[in-house]
Formats: sequence, C-alpha cells, structure tokens
Amino acid sequence: MSEPTVGVLLSRVRVEEKLLLEELERRGIATKIIDDRELVLRLETQPDLGVDVVLERCIQHSRALYALAVLETWGIPTVNTYEVADICGNKLLTTMRLIRDGIPSPRTRLAFTPESALAAVEELGYPAVLKPLVGSWGRLISRVNDRDAAESVLEHKDVLGTYMHSIYYVQEYVRKPGRDIRAFVVGDECIAAIYRSSDHWITNTARGARATKCEVTPELADLCVRAAKAVGGGVVAVDVLEGPAGLLVNEVNYTMEFRNSIDTTGVNIPGKVVDHALSVAKKRS
Amino acid sequence: MSATSKCPECDGDVAVGADAVKGEIVSCPDCGAELEVTAIGPVALALAPEAEEDWGE
Repeated sequence: MSEPTVGVLLSRVRVEEKLLLEELERRGIATKIIDDRELVLRLETQPDLGVDVVLERCIQHSRALYALAVLETWGIPTVNTYEVADICGNKLLTTMRLIRDGIPSPRTRLAFTPESALAAVEELGYPAVLKPLVGSWGRLISRVNDRDAAESVLEHKDVLGTYMHSIYYVQEYVRKPGRDIRAFVVGDECIAAIYRSSDHWITNTARGARATKCEVTPELADLCVRAAKAVGGGVVAVDVLEGPAGLLVNEVNYTMEFRNSIDTTGVNIPGKVVDHALSVAKKRS
Repeated sequence: MSATSKCPECDGDVAVGADAVKGEIVSCPDCGAELEVTAIGPVALALAPEAEEDWGE
C-alpha cells in the first residue's frame, strides 16, 4: 500500500503537536488535522475520514476518551487505543492494572466517604497522598502530613468538589530523592528517560521541575515496558519513583508531553511516535 | 516571514512565526497571556482557554 494518511486529533497545537506535525511534514506524509472542537461524530453513519490512522493528541481526557471510543468502534486504527486512554486517564484503573501484572507501585487505598478515607490515610501512615482519579500536571494532589491536614483536605473534597472528588484515592508517600523518572515507551521499547528534579515534592515539569537525562538501564526499560503493556501498550510515558526498596511505577500517561525531553535525551521522540503510528496503520491495513 | 498581531489582553504586539498553524499557542511578550492562533493569513489571536479539570497528558 502507499504511505498512510495520518489524522492528528487535537484540541490545540502545543509544542508537542507542532513537533509531530513538523515530523510528518518533513517525511512528506499526508496529514489531516482533526480539531476536536469542530468535530461532529454522526454515530449512525461511519464517515470516510480519509485517514488510515488517528494519532490522538487531545488536551482534554474526556474528549480523547469518547472520540477514541467512536473511532475504534468504526474500525479506525488509533494511537493510543480507547483502552489505553481509559486506563491511563484514571489513576485507580491504572493502579489496578499495575497490581494485576505484578508491577511494583505505591501502596494504594480506595474509599468512598471522608471517614473511611481518613481511616485509609491512617492505615498508610503520615505523610500520605490524596489524588483525584482524573487529572494531570500534579494538580489537586495533596500530601497530608498529619490528621489535621487530612481531615481538612477530605472535608474540602467532600463539600467543594464534584462527586468524583468523593472517590478517595489514597496512596503512601514515597520518600524519593528529590526527583522522579519519566520514561518514554513506544511499542515494545523504552526509548528514553529523564529525571525530573525539584525542591518541591511534586516533580512534574509542568510545575517547574528540571529535566535531565536519565540512563535507560535494563531494569528501568523492563519495568516501563511491562507497565506500558499492563495498560494496553502503545505510546506512553511512565512515571517512576525511586523508593527506598526499589523502583515503583507511579502513573502512566497516554498523551505524553515531551518538549523538555528531546534535547535532554538526544532522542527524536516525535520521530519514534510517528514511526509507531505508521506501523499501526500498516498493521491493520 | 513572521506576522504581527495585537494581544487581545494588553494590546501589545505579538510576533507570530511564518510557520504558525491554526490552534497553536503563543505567549504575549508584554503581559505573558497565553494566546491561541485562531486564523492565519491574516493572523488572528484570542485568549487561550483556561485549563479545565480533565486537561493533561
């Protein structure tokens, strides 16, 4: 077959989307931008989108999830799949997959009332971490250092949050060395990794953490590829904590940002993503 | 060649690269507002939407 046409589903063109579009253009690959704000999916009739694969790059998890559900039902290959978006977009579902596949991760409790959540916090011990099930960039995650703080955060979530904030995801606080690891997995390969260092306990680069190169050791690669497979595989970024007892997989991201990681690692990450999207298109053609 | 447009927040001049595409996010050098390129040829800018709860990666 001829070179596939790649659809790029997006909400806005951030640095990552621009790098992906530039990579596609540089290779002369036919590309169609699909703006999720203009999309009307007529569910009864599958349209000819004129693409062989859709590379999902929505900034909004909900839009990504439901667009992928429709596209996948129509048999259009997508990167990533609906399954991966569903699992990675929800911290509870991610944790369950990691546990299912025996991948080390922080101890986690789920509770449905402020009282039972407080009991879960106390069972894990202070400090503990409360996270919303859906969210990114380290937003609304709370480290509670004592019972007073825990009661306060839980009451705020209960009273001020939407009902989803009353699904309490409580995790042990892992004493990491002022940094975590973000590893990029494409298909079966861990292609690159960075350390994200910060004086703050939250080490997202979106919150100001510094990115430096991290060597991809066989141990790290094996762990991250297993984590990627646990959530369904594809193009993902795996967040890893260096705990006192070894590496722990914290989260897996399915619409990964990589602007700080190309120069840092020397790896053409958008090139690898495009390679993968093309291979998915060809595999299913 | 880059084009220049006015920031909708502070009316400052914002240069937009010739390779800009619709939907791209740029920052105003004067006020720091996050702006979205809503049209090219001629370039139009609008305030980019604020992050919502399910935004992320």
